[in-house]
Amino acid sequence: MTEFSYKITDFVRLKNHGIFHGTAPVFKAEKSLALEQFLKESYNKLEIAYPKFHKMDGLCKLGILASEVLFKDHTISRDTALVFSNAASSLESDKNHQQAMGGVVSPAVFVYTLPNIVLGEISIKYNLQSETVFFIDNAFNPELLMDYAEVLLDSKKSPAVVCGWIDLKNAEYDVFLCLISNKGELPLSKENLKQLYLFENE
Amino acid sequence: MKKIYLLDDVIVSPLGFSTRENLTALREGRSGLKFHKNNRFPCGGFYGGIIEKDSLANAFVGLGDPKKFTKLEQMMLLAVSRILEKNPGLHLYETALVISTTKGNIDLLGNSSFPGDRGNLCGLGNLIRDFFGFQRQPILISNACISGGLALAVAKRLLAAGKFSQAIVLGGDLVSDFVLSGFHSFGAISPEPCRPFSKNRKGISLGEAAAALLVSSRKSQGPVHISLIGEASANDATHISAPSRTGEGLFKSIQNALREAQLCPGDVDYVSAHGTATAYNDEMEATAFHRSGLFGVPLNSFKGAYGHSLGASALLESILTKHSLLNNELFASMNFDELGVSKPLNILRAFERKELKIALKTASGFGGCNLALVLKKEEND
Amino acid sequence: MSDLREELKQRIIEQLNLEELTLADIDNELPLFGDGLGLDSIDVLELIVLLEKDYGIKLSDSELGKEIFASIDKMARYIEANRTK
Repeated sequence: MTEFSYKITDFVRLKNHGIFHGTAPVFKAEKSLALEQFLKESYNKLEIAYPKFHKMDGLCKLGILASEVLFKDHTISRDTALVFSNAASSLESDKNHQQAMGGVVSPAVFVYTLPNIVLGEISIKYNLQSETVFFIDNAFNPELLMDYAEVLLDSKKSPAVVCGWIDLKNAEYDVFLCLISNKGELPLSKENLKQLYLFENE
Repeated sequence: MKKIYLLDDVIVSPLGFSTRENLTALREGRSGLKFHKNNRFPCGGFYGGIIEKDSLANAFVGLGDPKKFTKLEQMMLLAVSRILEKNPGLHLYETALVISTTKGNIDLLGNSSFPGDRGNLCGLGNLIRDFFGFQRQPILISNACISGGLALAVAKRLLAAGKFSQAIVLGGDLVSDFVLSGFHSFGAISPEPCRPFSKNRKGISLGEAAAALLVSSRKSQGPVHISLIGEASANDATHISAPSRTGEGLFKSIQNALREAQLCPGDVDYVSAHGTATAYNDEMEATAFHRSGLFGVPLNSFKGAYGHSLGASALLESILTKHSLLNNELFASMNFDELGVSKPLNILRAFERKELKIALKTASGFGGCNLALVLKKEEND
Repeated sequence: MSDLREELKQRIIEQLNLEELTLADIDNELPLFGDGLGLDSIDVLELIVLLEKDYGIKLSDSELGKEIFASIDKMARYIEANRTK
């Protein structure tokens, strides 16, 4: 298949305490807010109404917020694949668990010490029983994500793919997820993915 | 049908530093699980499959100074180096490196004996790449306990799409206090060597290993070859740590993998299960196998021999499955006492020789992930 | 007597991140699992941790957990009988 058969149907960006659906701002919080506060305010603003959210770690909360925005306007098939990546893996939860190791260890913290748990949380909330994978990379890698998404689509293992970058380190986050399918105007290409990721939202 | 050939492999484990040594140990019924003292546990310790540090260093010393590399790095570099030694014609500018690990050098977290970035997974991948001079950026997968098999599936998918023509799939993980303490908080660590699918199973035993598997879109010269002809993964979508009671995701993975392989359950000669020996995992797998019509197929788990080696496990066990097919050998499911799941399964209680052609390897992990791989043996014309 | 129950409700809300609940939402007899509060297997483990940390009770058999944690009232009675803190 050529790289222009599929489309970037929709995308979402979370960065600098702003949530963007496509290029349109959905929510902007005070930049001075602590991460926990930002996550809570976003949850309230998006009216997610999913109490399990509060049990999740930072990475999973970011994933749920992003998915909520991304899925809003679409009928998402149960077989929609999730192809996520980051550089820090589950570092924030790793540090929390490591700190607890000298005393009383919390199973609820330990369970989040794997980056693919965010895929599980999204699958549960949106009832996706699909192909999922979590890649670790030095930086956002549009080529790998595009190649892998295309393979899933071409082979008909998945009718649509959510792919992107979801990183959290030292309370700094960088989230970019896009929905890839046959619908929409913007062709799926390495260059287009890169441009959307780099787009400076203000 | 898109498939890839499983050419050569190396296992680095408590049972030896080559696939041959590991197979010999398994034929002799030896297990890598030993008692290790640890104050975290009320009984004074735990059973784990841990590689002896000095033996590893002695094996590694020809490659580099053991003091300059972490234990996991030594394990993984040793595995890759042995593949490269046996395959001197491999061009590193066209060979992809697909790496699987759940926690990497996690024992470095909060400990500064090595530079900062070695503790992160990218740092590990970059180190392995640079040590040998691989030209392509490694593809690194961290996806809980299916990672090793998922890395193999990812390699197949990208190979089939023509992104590269061969790859070394490499998996590795340690027995670390980080992971031990976590599973202990779940009450999931067995006080005795783990007993997959058994009535008296009491949880997991952890293990560490590294495994490397050379895969290609081109077959080897030999009389017989093993290929990966079907693979699929599906999420349970029920819970992040407990498996689906109906085995939903695993059942779906098995169906899809068999469909891709153009086979039906009756064609499967052997099932290499995940079998971690927790109450819930083994029950879930039994349910999924039963729903898939596989309950009569000879089945084992390798966790009694190796413990659960996390990011290495599904890859290590796929390699053992490959050799089971090649040699027409079925290994006993170690430490099995009597069936302790609610569905009938044909658990291998002793080593046996049998004509084998098709095998199914399965894996499941935290986050509700599941994986099924279909391996086939064929004679070269 | 009722102080322990109120204290338990507060601690459970904190420990299990039940942010959208108030003390008034948790009745003493309300089943904590299944159709009541809807707690799950990780929550049981966290409650076992809470028993040890706050009340010095070490539960050797996590199977007992589901009985002891069946409701706030059952949990309070178990703690009253076994607490070392």
